[in-house]
Amino acid sequence: MTVKSDLPQGTLDLLVLKVVALGPVHGYAIAQRLEHVSRYVVRVPQGSLYPALHRLENRGLLTADWRETETGREAKFYRLTRKGRAQLEKEAASWERLTEAVGLILRLSERGA
Amino acid sequence: MTWWHRLWRRRQLEEQLDKELRFHLEQHASDLIARGYDPREARRQAGLALGGPEQVKEECRDARGTRWLEDLAQDLRYAIRTLQQRPGFAAVALLTLALGIGATTVIFTVINGVLLKPLHYPDPGRLATLNEQTKGITDYRWGDLWAYSYPNYLDCKRQSSTLEMAAWRYNGGTVSVPGEAERVDGVEMSSELFPILGVTLSRGRGFLPEDDRPGAAPVAIISYGLWQRHYGGSPGAVGKPLVFEGNSYIVVGVAPPGFRLSWEPDVLTPIGQNTRNYMQRRDAHPGIDVWARLRPGTTLVQAQTELAVIGRRLAAQYPKTNTGRGFIARPLRQELVVELVGDTRGTLWLLLGAVGLVLLIACVNVASLLLARAVSRQRELAMRVALGASRGRLARQCLTESALLGLAGGALGVWLAATGIRPFVAFWPGSLPRAQEVQLDWHVLLFALAVSLLSGFLFGLAPALRAPTRDLELILRAGARTVAGSSRRLHSGFVISEIALAVVLLVAAGILGQTLLRLSSLDPGIDTRNLLITRTALSPSVLANPARIPAAWQELLDRIRRVPGVQSATMVDTVPLREGNNQIGYWTSAAVPEKHQMPLALSSSVTPDYLKVMGIPLRQGRFFDEHDRMGSKPVIVIDEVMAKHAFSSQNPVGKSLWMPDMPCIGPKGETFYDCTDPYEVVGVVGHVRYWGLAGDDQAHVRDQFYYPFAQVPDYFLPRWSELMSIAVRTKIPPLNLLEPLRREVRGPTGDQVLYEVYTMQQLAIRSLAEQRFLLLLFGIFAGLALLLACIGIYGVLTYVTSRRVPEIGVRMAFGASARDVMRLVLRQSLIMVCAGVAVGITGAFIAARLLEHLVTGVRSIEPFTFAAMICLLVIAALIASFLPARRASRVDPIRALREE
Repeated sequence: MTVKSDLPQGTLDLLVLKVVALGPVHGYAIAQRLEHVSRYVVRVPQGSLYPALHRLENRGLLTADWRETETGREAKFYRLTRKGRAQLEKEAASWERLTEAVGLILRLSERGA
Repeated sequence: MTWWHRLWRRRQLEEQLDKELRFHLEQHASDLIARGYDPREARRQAGLALGGPEQVKEECRDARGTRWLEDLAQDLRYAIRTLQQRPGFAAVALLTLALGIGATTVIFTVINGVLLKPLHYPDPGRLATLNEQTKGITDYRWGDLWAYSYPNYLDCKRQSSTLEMAAWRYNGGTVSVPGEAERVDGVEMSSELFPILGVTLSRGRGFLPEDDRPGAAPVAIISYGLWQRHYGGSPGAVGKPLVFEGNSYIVVGVAPPGFRLSWEPDVLTPIGQNTRNYMQRRDAHPGIDVWARLRPGTTLVQAQTELAVIGRRLAAQYPKTNTGRGFIARPLRQELVVELVGDTRGTLWLLLGAVGLVLLIACVNVASLLLARAVSRQRELAMRVALGASRGRLARQCLTESALLGLAGGALGVWLAATGIRPFVAFWPGSLPRAQEVQLDWHVLLFALAVSLLSGFLFGLAPALRAPTRDLELILRAGARTVAGSSRRLHSGFVISEIALAVVLLVAAGILGQTLLRLSSLDPGIDTRNLLITRTALSPSVLANPARIPAAWQELLDRIRRVPGVQSATMVDTVPLREGNNQIGYWTSAAVPEKHQMPLALSSSVTPDYLKVMGIPLRQGRFFDEHDRMGSKPVIVIDEVMAKHAFSSQNPVGKSLWMPDMPCIGPKGETFYDCTDPYEVVGVVGHVRYWGLAGDDQAHVRDQFYYPFAQVPDYFLPRWSELMSIAVRTKIPPLNLLEPLRREVRGPTGDQVLYEVYTMQQLAIRSLAEQRFLLLLFGIFAGLALLLACIGIYGVLTYVTSRRVPEIGVRMAFGASARDVMRLVLRQSLIMVCAGVAVGITGAFIAARLLEHLVTGVRSIEPFTFAAMICLLVIAALIASFLPARRASRVDPIRALREE
């Protein structure tokens, strides 16, 4: 079994925003997509997904309404707000800067060794 | 969604949360089933993946950000539930708090209305009052401030660019047409007064500048009350005639209801139409008040500077009258409040202090009740800490509970205050200044809210801080009956402070009671029984001709004497124990010094019957008779205090006194200031407590003398006659004679009325009204304090002894008798009481000093009063401890030990 690492602090919000950005989606679908995307790399505890969704909704980054799924059941669908999209772009950019910087440092140290 | 929105829709949110999670689980399970899982296993797997549903929900709730409010709601529900469980405790605590907060709120309502509220004119902050200010001459009450002279006012008004000014002066008189003749207060005012104050009339118009000058058509504005009384509130009153002091006016306007300056004037006339001599003299000060409003964009400081310039200019222009004389402007509110409120201010703060002590006792009482409960709930609290509640959370819950108690008590207290405030104001001795302003407004409500929360915090603090943190295991394992030492110390602390506070109030009440007893037993110097005092004025038609005045008075007195039931009657200008006095400087040789270096004496002009009517004893020489009249040698009679003061041990009869300020006519004609002839002292009479039973001993001016009304020169007679009162000695209760007297006095023109009617006994009682009122209130407060302290001692002892039952059981098992146990408990109580008394005595000394300073007639500390009050307290405390002590002595040792 592959060893999965825990999600770094704060990245769950970023991932959720990114998934929701692709279109209106309900909680279970988000969980599946996250699991799918990150199956072998990170562990996303499903239990912390819903508090994160509610937190983002309360901060006005997400908005939600109740709609029918393809199977005809009622589910809560999340969408990105304008504020949420701006936040996503900001966090994504800063994430990229961070990983780039970390990568740079790691490469430097390899060469130095 | 805002947070209160989320709170509001909590139930809906909960349902949605539940639905959302259910959807997740079911969807996951059905996916797994589709992959071939057994349905039961699929549901188990889905549940495992999500984690405990309650934990997830809890975290989602946290994410809502309304947690603290939900906690608060929960704490409140919990608090209400615990209070409901012990209704007895809740009732005692609420009642205690309601009394404390209610009493405090009543006193604060009065202070707010009388001292703190702004004036009821628009933009009152820009109103100022103006005075003349002199160098040198100072008076103990008014300092170096003088009322304006009319020419100075006119000059200041004309020259000032920063202030809009208006002048007014008191002008009482008799309204004789229309309707029944009535004596009223009036005011002469300039046309600018209403616009400056922002007063709009109920009907008609205000004065115009052209009304406000000599020779203009006589017009008057009447008060709303006079309009109702004399014109029946008819809209046609404007344009109708009014006869005031014998002069006809046309009514042009009706003032708004409740219009008042320092008092409520009924008849308002233009000051500019007054052409009397004193209005033209720059050295006369006929009681003119000058009020002003700052013009837009100017400040009081600018106005002061400008007035100083005007003052210097006028001094250069009129050196004879204006040298050393300047002008000063002060904020009107401050001035009015000082003038109106005067001595009331000290009384009010004193009462607030006393009532604050009662509230403190109430808080301490509730605190000890709460603490006792907190200690019995220690196991419960420890259990909750063990289950993960933080110390802050528990403290918050304790404080929520006490805040709830405080607020509920406060609401009850405000209700008490709202019902009690009117009777309280009506009960105030004399009349409370600005009484119409005393109302429950939002200032008062805010105050009550603050007091309630503060009390809640105060009495909730101790239990909250005692929320257990350490030794949880010990508390959980130990029996409920072990009292921690620190709690017992806190309890004694509460009792000690309650006793200390009660000592302060009891001693204060004792001092007041003892003062009142002493003052009531004093001899006022006159026989107060069957004595009627009333003011009256002669008809204006008589006053117009001074030569007719003495005969008119004589005739009036004769008519009064003929009324059945009247024994004798006399005239007098200033009456003992009533407001008003006339102070005159005297000297024992012709080399009279500067005015302010002369000793002062109270002067009264009287008719020869005065001594007999008032019942004042004659000590030496004679009193006046009908031979003392105009043209005969000027004579006076002095009282024994003045005799001692002026002539020490010599016989005063036959001696002379020089009094330059007496009404006399000098060799050069009508001059007031150059009285050079001496007055011969013909007799000495007993001292009268002129300033009232309480105030006379401490009064600045105690010397008294009398002079015959018959020797007042004609020139002064109209003025003197305006001020005259009549004293009537009767054979029957004097108030029964009031109607016949009124009929006799009315006179042929029907415009001579009696006003300000009192019996001498009423005046004597009134002179002690403040002391009596304070004694009553302090008595109530002290009684309340005593009761609360006793309840506190009883409660604490009951609680502490009930916790000690096992110990007592052991003692008894080892042979202690019931008596020993009782002694044990009583000793414990006595130690607390003594400690409280020791602390309280210091406070009582301070209170005694304050009372001495603030209440006339209170003498320095009386050891007897102190001792008596403290004994009372100790006895009450021991009685309160007796019940718990007896209960402890009846403990059955076997049962007590078994319970452990």
